[in-house]
Formats: sequence, structure tokens, C-alpha cells
Amino acid sequence: MKTLTNAPFWLLLVVIAVVAAAPVALNNVSLREDFFLILMLIILASSTNIIMGYTGYVSFGHIVFFGTGGYIAFFLMQSLQLHFVLAALCGGIAASVMALLIGVPVLRLRGAYFALATIGINEAMRSFVTNFEPFGGSIGMFFNFSVYDAYGGAKNAGQLAYYGIVAVALLTVAASFLIKKSKFGLGLMAIREDQDAAQVLGIDPARLKVLTYTISAFFPALAGAIFFFKNGIIEPGPAFELHRSIEALVMVMLGGYGTVTGPIVGAIVYDRLRSTLITAPPINLGTLTINLSNFHLVIAGVLLLAIVLFVPAGLIGWLRQRFAPVRRYLE
Amino acid sequence: MTPILQIEQVSKRFGGLLALDKVTLNVNAGEIFGIIGPNGAGKTTLFNVINGVYAPTLGRITFRGENVTGLQPYDLSKRGLARTYQVVRPLAELTVHENVTVGACFGRENLPLEKAETVADEVLQFVGLTARRDMLAGKLNVAQKKRLEMARALAARPIMLLLDEVLAGLNPQEVADMLGVVRKIRENGVTIIMIEHLMHAVMNLSDRVFVLDYGAQIAEGTPQQVSSHPKVIEAYLGDPKIAQRFLEGTG
Repeated sequence: MKTLTNAPFWLLLVVIAVVAAAPVALNNVSLREDFFLILMLIILASSTNIIMGYTGYVSFGHIVFFGTGGYIAFFLMQSLQLHFVLAALCGGIAASVMALLIGVPVLRLRGAYFALATIGINEAMRSFVTNFEPFGGSIGMFFNFSVYDAYGGAKNAGQLAYYGIVAVALLTVAASFLIKKSKFGLGLMAIREDQDAAQVLGIDPARLKVLTYTISAFFPALAGAIFFFKNGIIEPGPAFELHRSIEALVMVMLGGYGTVTGPIVGAIVYDRLRSTLITAPPINLGTLTINLSNFHLVIAGVLLLAIVLFVPAGLIGWLRQRFAPVRRYLE
Repeated sequence: MTPILQIEQVSKRFGGLLALDKVTLNVNAGEIFGIIGPNGAGKTTLFNVINGVYAPTLGRITFRGENVTGLQPYDLSKRGLARTYQVVRPLAELTVHENVTVGACFGRENLPLEKAETVADEVLQFVGLTARRDMLAGKLNVAQKKRLEMARALAARPIMLLLDEVLAGLNPQEVADMLGVVRKIRENGVTIIMIEHLMHAVMNLSDRVFVLDYGAQIAEGTPQQVSSHPKVIEAYLGDPKIAQRFLEGTG
């Protein structure tokens, strides 16, 4: 693997690790919470990018794996007192198996039909969980405080969750990079460009796509497991929230579809934008008061439209097109 | 010597249209086999059936002694069959070098990425595209895209190459260059089937020519035999005797 001796690859991981270490070193809990969210968004965006950016299949309902991983891990920790790390891994594997089973029939669909199918799967899963009593039905599940005792109390569990999300973010970015630079990734990009031509060149699109979908389901499931472990409560609504999926798409498009660093940059920019909007003071226009926090999704939608129309390659994509020398360093 | 490709009684039906009607042909190893015929005769359909894009409705295809009827295009690619498209299909957002690397990676030899990259550079040299190596494939001109198609197919190190109108849309100089490339490929031992509208090119290059019209074979033989065949002249120019009959008032 040539990528493992590739400087930009290690540089990217080191930068993420160092930045992520800052809140721990500074012992700043509120900064840690901010970073937790950004890292989670990086995981969601990067994993969506693996199927959407490299392969060209827009997975609108990718959040289904976040919810599924979260639910399964939560259930295992709550009912079987399984260790957090083990439970998260089980959640990840379960989501991947689910992606494999869904992928075989659904990835035969192309373009918009696939995107619609993924939304349907997310909604179906939400309905299922809402009615599934072992998972608490519509009320969901919440931890007894005793669950956190195994990890030295709620405070330590929060710290542990942070380490977890950092590790998963590094893992996701590493996987995204390795896939992009591998033979497998080249095959995916050939499928994205022209599936029929790719077939004639010797690529079995069905096999590659299903495998990619399976891989891309693993990371959001881990993120879901960690997120709901930290929250101590899981409900069907927040677990299968479709707009999170759409936000992940916005991040991918914003940063640069099909690049490794694009979804990372997109996640950071989007998160900062959103938190600025949410915390912005209301604008007073005489009789009319506009509260920007109510409009952050509207603004995300407008942003998506603007990107698609004016900068379809996204920030990183645009940089790569505009400045050829950058390409070697900005994957 | 058994032929490298045997097509026996192959038919392909699309709804009410019989695109191929019991086509039978044999191609020998190392030859250039030309396929000609008027527009809509079924030439590209025949290619699509040979390389697995369509399964034949009836009939049997044998490649290197193995029955390959109904196999998928990627299975045939692994067995040493490569093709180019009449309407070029570059992987537009990938570079020229990446396009050719795809061919080398997933072709007959199924090379690992780094080896494939080396092969891609060799093939780019061979077809004369080295200067465009890092350009996006979508940005090439038509002649360069045709060369890219060729390079991608060759990078797979095929045993047999199907060329679908690689000369169409090229200027005379580009045609001459491309013919040189085709000859060199044959010298490397690759069997070639080519569909071509440019008559002087097919007639000069081909060892044997096969003529299709309305999905059925109307002639087969050396270029000389075919070009003087009355049915071929009729297919291309209309019935040669019609004018005569009109003059005689019997038409």
C-alpha cells in the first residue's frame, strides 16, 4: 500500500488528532462538546462521501445506519451490560450487515431511484423501531445511572465518549483516504463516471457498490453508538432524523464531492455556520423580529442550491481545479 | 486450427425488431476481421452480443474454446476481450492516466494498482498520449478521446480487441496515425475485429471482411471477393440491375 508511506495521508491524520487533543489538554468541557459534534459530523459526511462522492450514488437516508448502530449498541449496553467499545462494534457490524442485505437489491437501482429508496429505508426503520417494544417503542430507552458506573461515572463516560469519537473520526478519514487511493477506489470512480463503460473495462459494479455501501454504513453506526452512549437516552425521532442526512449531503457538497478533505472542511464550515445562526441574536425589523435559529435549515437548503449551481465541485474541488499544484497535497 | 471466436446461429431480438438474424462467423487468431454494412445493419449489436452487453436471444458464442454465451462484460474482459465504443465514453472526471489505469487494473491480468499505473504509462506512450497524461479525460478532443478508448482497451492486455468505428470523425492525418496504431497492435499478436465505415481503411487492413445487412450475413470473404459481391453492391448502392430494368421498361 503506497498510501501508507504517503505524507499527506499522515499529515491529515496528525492534524485531526492534534486539534482533537486540544480540549482534553485544556481541560475545557464546552470546547470538548463542540469538537465532539464536529467530529461526529466529519464521520457522517465522510462516510456519506464514500458512497456518494466516490461511487456516485446519493444515499439520502444514510442516517439510518447512525440510528441503527445507536439503537443496537444502546440495547446491548442497557440490557446485557456489554462494554461500550464492544457494544459499539456490534452496532457497527449490525449496520454493515443491514447495508449488505439492503444493498444487494437496492443498488441495482440507479440515480434518483436509489436516493428515494434510501429515504424509504430510513422511514421504515424509524417506524419499525417506534413499534418495537424491546427497544422501548416510541418512548425509546434510557440508561440507569449504574451503566455509567462501570466507566467511573458520567463525567468519565463523557471523556471516554470523546476519545471514542476521535478514534472513529480518524478511522473514517483513514478509510476514506485509503479507499480513494486504492484499486478499489479507482473502480468506484469508474462506476461513478460511466457504469456501462466500467463494466466493459472489467469491473463488476454490483459487487463493488454493495461492498462500498457496507463499508460506508459501518462508521455512522459507530458514531451513533457513541453519541447515544454519551446522551444516555435514545428515541426513534433523533436517531433516524432525515434532516441530519440532508445536512451530511450539504457538508459533502460544500467541501467537495469525491475528495477526502472536502467532507472534513464541509463539516467544520457547516457546523460553524449553523451554530452562528442558532446563537445569533434576533434581528429586529421594526414590527418584525426574525430569529435566525428558526431558519438554519432554510439557510442550509439555500446553501446547497447555491453550491450545486455555482461551485458544483465544492471548496476543495474548486481549489484542486483552480490550482493544479495543490492536488498532490489536498486529496 | 480452431478459430479463436466462433459465433453460431446467433440471433438478437428487441421486441418486434430482429437486430441479428442467425449470424454465424469464425475469427482466427491473429487476423484483422472487418465488419461492414449499412447504417442500422446490426454491427454494434453484434459487438454488444459478443462482449456480453446483451445476451443473445438464440445461438452460441465460443471464445478460445469456452462457451461464453450470456456471460457479463466484466467476465469477458477478464478472459481477454476488450472493446472500444463508437461514441467515445471517457471517464470524464478522471485523468487520462487514471482512465487507462482502470483498463489495466481490471483487465485480463487484473493487476495491482502500482503495476497497472506503469502499464498505463507504457500504453499511453504506444498510442501517443503521453503529453496529455494528467489532463481530465473529458477535456480531450475527439481524436484524442478515440486514442484514449484504444489505450484503455489495450491496457487490459487483451487477446482480442473489438474496435467500433475508431476512425469515424477523424481527419485524414489522424486516420493515417490511427491505422498505424491498429497495425502495431496486430503485430503484437492481438486479434482484431473492426467495424468501420471508411471503406478504404477496412479493405486495406482486413484479412477478411464480413458484411451484415438487416441483421443477416450477406457476404464474407477477402476484401476483393466482398467488394465485387453483387449483394454487397446492392446493399450499399441499391440494386445494380434496377437502372437497367427501368431502361428496358420492365421495372
